[in-house]
Amino acid sequence: MAKRMRELVRDLGVPRLIILGFFLILCLMALVLGLDVAGLMSSSLVRIGMNGVLVLAMLPAIACGIGPNFGVSLGILCGLVGALVAMEWQLSGFANFFTAILLSLPLATVVGYAYGWLLNRVKGSEMMLATFVGFSMVSVMKIAWLVVPFKSPEAAWPIGRGVRVTISLANREVAQLLNDFWAFEIGGVTIPTGLLLFFLACCLLMWLFMRTKTGIAMYTAGDNPRFAEAAGINVDKNRIVGTVVSTMLGGVGILVYAQSFGFLQLYEGPMFMPFIAVAAILIGGASIKRASIAHVLIGTFLFQGILVVAMPVANAFTVDMSSMAEISRIIIQNGIILYALTQTGGERT
Amino acid sequence: MTKGTVSAPGKGHLRDLRRALVGFLTSHMVTIMFVALSLAALYISGMNSLLYLTDIIARISRNAFLVLSLIIPVVAGMGLNFSIVLGAMAAQALIIFVTHWGVTGFAGILLCAVLVTPLAALLGYLTGHLFNRTKGQEMITGLILGYFAAGWYQFIFLQLVGGIIPMNNPILVLSSGVGIRTTVDLTGGLKYGLDNVYRLRLPEMLIIVGVVGLLYQAYQLFRSSGDRRLTRSRLLSVALPVAVAVAGLLLLTSGSPLRNVRIPVATWLAIGGLCLLIHFLFKTKLGQDLRSVGQDRHVAQVSGIPVDQVRITAIVLSTVLAAWGHIIFLQNMGAFSTYGSYEQVGMYAIAAILIGGATVTKATIGQALLGVFLFHTLFIVAPAAGRELFGDAQVGEYFRVFVAYGVIGVTLAMHAWKSLLQRRQRRELEE
Repeated sequence: MAKRMRELVRDLGVPRLIILGFFLILCLMALVLGLDVAGLMSSSLVRIGMNGVLVLAMLPAIACGIGPNFGVSLGILCGLVGALVAMEWQLSGFANFFTAILLSLPLATVVGYAYGWLLNRVKGSEMMLATFVGFSMVSVMKIAWLVVPFKSPEAAWPIGRGVRVTISLANREVAQLLNDFWAFEIGGVTIPTGLLLFFLACCLLMWLFMRTKTGIAMYTAGDNPRFAEAAGINVDKNRIVGTVVSTMLGGVGILVYAQSFGFLQLYEGPMFMPFIAVAAILIGGASIKRASIAHVLIGTFLFQGILVVAMPVANAFTVDMSSMAEISRIIIQNGIILYALTQTGGERT
Repeated sequence: MTKGTVSAPGKGHLRDLRRALVGFLTSHMVTIMFVALSLAALYISGMNSLLYLTDIIARISRNAFLVLSLIIPVVAGMGLNFSIVLGAMAAQALIIFVTHWGVTGFAGILLCAVLVTPLAALLGYLTGHLFNRTKGQEMITGLILGYFAAGWYQFIFLQLVGGIIPMNNPILVLSSGVGIRTTVDLTGGLKYGLDNVYRLRLPEMLIIVGVVGLLYQAYQLFRSSGDRRLTRSRLLSVALPVAVAVAGLLLLTSGSPLRNVRIPVATWLAIGGLCLLIHFLFKTKLGQDLRSVGQDRHVAQVSGIPVDQVRITAIVLSTVLAAWGHIIFLQNMGAFSTYGSYEQVGMYAIAAILIGGATVTKATIGQALLGVFLFHTLFIVAPAAGRELFGDAQVGEYFRVFVAYGVIGVTLAMHAWKSLLQRRQRRELEE
């Protein structure tokens, strides 16, 4: 028994156990404090579906060997451009949502290709470069948002040029579009059926993709580049494939996120989003070199679960503890990334 | 080199020239681009020279120390040290407490500097250990570590201070009694604690620098007793301080408002002292070890250098220097955002040193100083240039933020690209 426990600790890693323990304690406190458990479960489900696709975007990146995609903000920017164009065309409801996706996909393909080309030239420091490519592009787009000639009244400032900092999707009937689709209630818990179905469909497509010839080649290129090269697989090309898929999922991910949130967040918005997605998949048990769909599901559930439950639990104590939820997010998110770096990041002397 | 054997002498010469030119351009690309950009922005903004000069002097004296603190880890092969943010946090913590205790002026600054040293050293020691577990990925680790530490910093100063850590101070603490306010004002406390120790007017400063430089050159000439011929380099080294002193004299006698620009001497002495310290550090045994570890970890290990310990020492030194640098920074600013000031410290300092021509593997004192000058020139003129060009100062402000991130990205990419070119060249030579 003790031996099996030790093995469990070794496989999960101490930080993951701490996070799991923290989550369980939070849940217990929520029960003891008599908080609205059904409400908490409802919002957990929404948060999982909302963030899930962005976390899924990490999977092809890790699988193809570029590591967690700290530059997924590039894909996010593509998604935002798609959403703005769809809005400019006065589309609403599902037409708006799917047009935005269809517009963002080719854009993300081009961007992802260029980004993957760049990452092939900096093998060994992809994570660092990805972070700064993301930061730089978000800053470039901050300038672009100030001057783009969009005209639709929701997006544009009433006077002058440029688009707003946050754009409401409610008027276009996009807000909570997926969440409310086929939504139903069991025992006070609202199930956002459309949202969860969309997320699971993305996971299924990803699962199928990883079993195609391309998917297997990509996985091999990432898992063991030398072996892949010897087996006649073009490693660089497959890394680009993974990067493109990851960027595309980033675009779709932000659209799913935005429709649930009800707003598009431009300017500073996409800056730190990649870190949340990276942390989620790592909490789920992925490492910098290995990830699976299960890691995506578990990680999104745990991380978003903590974020949902921590807020009311912290608030229940005193008013002053309200910042505690945000602080614990920062510590958990960056702590798990640091832990993952110490596990596989370093070369030994 | 194979070039001489395959082509005619004339052609070879041309190729040499081209290669030298290309080499110069690629190795100084960032700096050259930046000089051009700054000059263009300066021209477009149409900024008044007095305003610019006052601002740039204030900014250099504020930021140079922090940027210099990056040099040691680069030489030790650990790349750009994003974890100087931890030093900055330690400095802010101490400044908050010293302000609370009511120690003001230079005494307060000294107290901060002394007390922050063990704290920053401890943080540096822990960071060093972490970096030893993530060799090759120090930069991303440092970046994430900065965010991680920010979480703990916020935890301490929002949740513990006023509660578990008692602090009864209505000016610093939020009205609820727990947590430090979002801005801390140092006016009447530590503000200008170092800068105001002694200030000199610009022309006087120039004359003193010129005279000291001349005396130093005379001493050098006196020491090298044997050969007293007047070489070109020797002439130059005498002409430079004379020119500086003459410029100072001219400025003093002219009616230009520039002569009233005042220099914070104590701060500049601290910066100069740090330059000397770094210069001499690399001549000691430790300095040699740092260099060897930076060149090749494995060779250093084999030749008996305790690589891991040397790397920890580099980070400890860098963190402590950064903490002191941040104290200098904040005493000049006079107020700071409790939960924000440290955030950009690492990013901007790193962008500055890279603009000066430093890379992931090479950084010098000159590059750090040049970088601070160029980076802050752009910072001063970008909003005005943006207003002139786009009718919107916001564009200029976003642009300078982009420049900071972009320059780091470009340098990282070029570093990787250059090592690829080197690898290719080596392969060509072997063939």
